[in-house]
Parts: sequence; structure tokens; C-alpha cells
Amino acid sequence: MALAPARVSMPAEAKAGEIIEIKALIRHPMETGYRVDARGQPIQRHIVQRFTVTYGDEEVFRMDLTQGVAANPFIAFHTVATRSGELVFTWEDDRGEVVTVSKLLTVTE
Amino acid sequence: MPTRRQIIIGAGAAGGLVLLPSFGAATPQMRDEALAALTKGAAVTDDRVRLTIPAVAENGLSVYTTVEVDSPMTADDHVRAIHILSEQNPIAHLLTFHLGPRSGIAKVSTNIRLAASQEVTALVEMSDGTFWRDRKLVVVTIAACIDGG
Amino acid sequence: MIIPIAIVSAIALMPASLHAEPLPSGTEFLSDDLKALQADEAANPGLLWVDEGARLWDTVQGAAGKACASCHGAARDSMRGVATRYPAVDPESGDLLNLEGRINLCRVRHQRAQRLAYESDALLALTAYVARQSLGMPMRVATGGAAAPFYEAGKEFFHRRQGQLNLSCAQCHDDNAGRPLRGDTISYGLGNGYPAYRLEWQTVGSLHRRLRSCAFGVRAVQFDYGSPEYVSLELFLAKRAEGVAIETPAIRR
Repeated sequence: MALAPARVSMPAEAKAGEIIEIKALIRHPMETGYRVDARGQPIQRHIVQRFTVTYGDEEVFRMDLTQGVAANPFIAFHTVATRSGELVFTWEDDRGEVVTVSKLLTVTE
Repeated sequence: MPTRRQIIIGAGAAGGLVLLPSFGAATPQMRDEALAALTKGAAVTDDRVRLTIPAVAENGLSVYTTVEVDSPMTADDHVRAIHILSEQNPIAHLLTFHLGPRSGIAKVSTNIRLAASQEVTALVEMSDGTFWRDRKLVVVTIAACIDGG
Repeated sequence: MIIPIAIVSAIALMPASLHAEPLPSGTEFLSDDLKALQADEAANPGLLWVDEGARLWDTVQGAAGKACASCHGAARDSMRGVATRYPAVDPESGDLLNLEGRINLCRVRHQRAQRLAYESDALLALTAYVARQSLGMPMRVATGGAAAPFYEAGKEFFHRRQGQLNLSCAQCHDDNAGRPLRGDTISYGLGNGYPAYRLEWQTVGSLHRRLRSCAFGVRAVQFDYGSPEYVSLELFLAKRAEGVAIETPAIRR
């Protein structure tokens, strides 16, 4: 999962106080753990369990996922543009694998 | 009308692999229990929440879902969490969004899996400890050709 | 106005389009939600493979120490319009190649790298990335000259009854396109959005994977990924799709 592509769409710039929408997409099979392979052997669950977003050093959004979320999960949420800074998007799965994407937001007056 | 087995296979199968119903699907009762565990018995009001989900889902493997909540999202009055509950999936509590005053507005979207036609619940927890809800019925269809891969 | 003889001759020799108007893309048969998803660059999951393809394009692979970019530079320039002309005959070998075949040929011949397997994320990513550079451009394959025998084979395949259900592609995708089939609507089977993200697969897949699914649906023999039968059929489908815009990566059910 370290190489799993992830795509975050958000404006590069916003005015202070503006509410921006952020859309995040990650490639992940979100294997449910209910399927069996061609030989009847269960396929082990493999899912993203947590998605966290920090802005500056504060967590501004978090999502807990189960196998009830679709493969290649899409997540959209909102946050207030406060100060210019880095937003860090982190996906953690149930095998301890982590994917991180950073994006800079420039906030103008 | 597709049988329940066909819907489960349609929703869960890929590459010739079959989803066996032996895992035990959720029931409305399990959903009610999951809801009670989250609310700890507090009352739930059917207001302020808008759950947007297709009335007919083209494929249960990926159903686009949006939840919006009428809330000022201030430090004193905001949405703390949004839960999505299912009454037919193997597990009842599908996911939780954690929000706060820095969210600005309470509007979130994701794509979920639905194992069969069912009522989907968006349960919202406010900063004042109150609970609010919206519910929608979704019919889950299957693809035309039962796919071998 | 004086029209050079060469141009007049070229126009006269160009095989006529199969249809007066371009056929409707499979996108026309999607729900509004799925149409919107396909068009949304922030939400279309197929774009994750396009992103991966962009990364691979710049990555050195093989003993020759080259990346695709080493010869082709920026894909947005060099690959623009390429997918509209494939499948095409490789002059050196005389083989008919689709995009996957062309990518693998470049890898072996120029990068001295291993072929990528069908349905591997890497091949799907590179194919989707190359096709994406022709987004919105109309399909226009050559079916004359060296391509003619392959085109005829593909055309014959399309019209041949196959499998336990004894159905030809034409019977569904020409005669019954637009009509419902259980929970779905039969499309014209153009393939202009491939590699596509298919909800049923929960991933991006190649056109050959889709053809094999169709074969399964009518209980017919499934040919191999990359088989000459399917590449020839792909040429016929590409001709049927003449004038239809490339939409890779499309969303399909």
C-alpha cells in the first residue's frame, strides 16, 4: 500500500474564513473478508480503517471505515481556511500500512 | 424480482468468486442495537439531517452517499459525529465521520457497499449530546450478465 | 480550387464509415449519478490508475535504462491522438497491436524490459494514461492495407453466433442496443472508454477483460487476454466507434 496512488483535490488558495471542500480518493481493494477464492479458501480482510486530516498541527477531520465502505474509497468533507499551511492526509489500513499525502493551502486576507 | 441470493452474489461477487451468506447478514434488530450502543439510550429526532443516496443503486458495490446536517458548526454548537448504519449488510455500523468547529459546514460524502435493498440510516451526534437522524430506502439492482470476471 | 490528385485518390480509397452518425457511447446509458462520477476528476476512481501511469511513464524500466519519457518526452504532447488510431499494424513485425500490445512491444524492443501482464496494475495504468491523452478525440482507425485482413477477421467474429446461447455480438449490440437486459441497458459495445473502471470489478480493467465477461455471459469460449481473436475484434469495434470520443477511464457498471 506504500505505493498506492492517492488523489486529493482541493483549492490551492482560499480567503481566510472561507469554507473549502476537499475530495480524497485512494486505490485500495477494501477486501471484505467474506469472499472465497477459486479453491474455496477465504480471502483475508484488507481494508483502510482510518483516514485523518491535519491542518497546521490540529486534526480537522477523521473517518473510521469498515468493509462497508466501497473499494477505492472516495471521501469528501469541508474545512475552514484559517492560515496558510500544510494539510496532511493519512490513510491507515488493517495491516499497519500507511499512505500520506501533503498539500499546501495558501490563505489570503 | 432478483432473489436475495442473486442480490448478494451480484453485490459481492467478482472474478467468479461467490459471496457465501454464511457470514450472517445484519438485521434491523442488529441495526437498532448498534444505534442504541451509540446513543446509549438517548432519544433520536428525525430532523436536521439530510441523507442523499440513490433510490435505486446501480450496483451495491459502490453507492454514493452524502450527509448534510443543519448546524452552525461553532465551538458551542456543532456536529461531533455522523454514523452510517445498515440493516442488511454483514455489519450494521458501516462508518463514522468525525467533525468539529473547524469543518465549517457539516456535509460529507463517501461511497458505501450495500448487500441488498434496505433502509440506510445516517445518525448524527451533536456537541450537546443530542442525536438526530435521516433514513432512506435504497433498492439495490444487479448487473445484467452475471459476470465470470 | 485545384485539389492535388494524391488527396483525391486518398479520399477515394478511404473505407467509408460504417454508420452515417457516430454511435452513442456507453456513457449515454449510464444513470446521471454515474455520468457525473465519470466526469468528476476529483472522484473518478479510474484516474488513480492514470496517475500511476504518469508515474510509470517517468520511471526507468529495463536494461536499456530508459523511461517512456526518455524517447517520448511529455505524454500530453507525444501521445495526443495516438489512442484514436489503435489497434494498428506494427510495420516491423506485421502484427496487429492494440495499445497494450504496443506498450509491451516498446518495453521489450526499446527498454529491454519485461512484458507487463494483462490486468496488472502497471499495464492498466500505462494503457489508461496513454489513452487519456486522447480524451475527447474521435476514434479513427485505419482498416485498409495491412490492417484489412485483421479487420475482416474482427468483423466476422462480431457477426458469428457463439456459445451455448448461440448469440453473436451483433444480435445484442446492433439489433438490441438501447433495450433493457435485466438491470442493465445494452450498449453498442464500442469500447471507447477502456481501460474502464467497472463497478462489478471494483477496479479498472481492460477491454479484453470485458470481452471475456461477455463471452461468459453467452456461455461462449473465452479467448486469452491479448489473443489475436480479440485484437482483431478490437479493430472492428474501433471502426464501429469511428467519430466517437475517447473517454478513458470510463465508469461502467
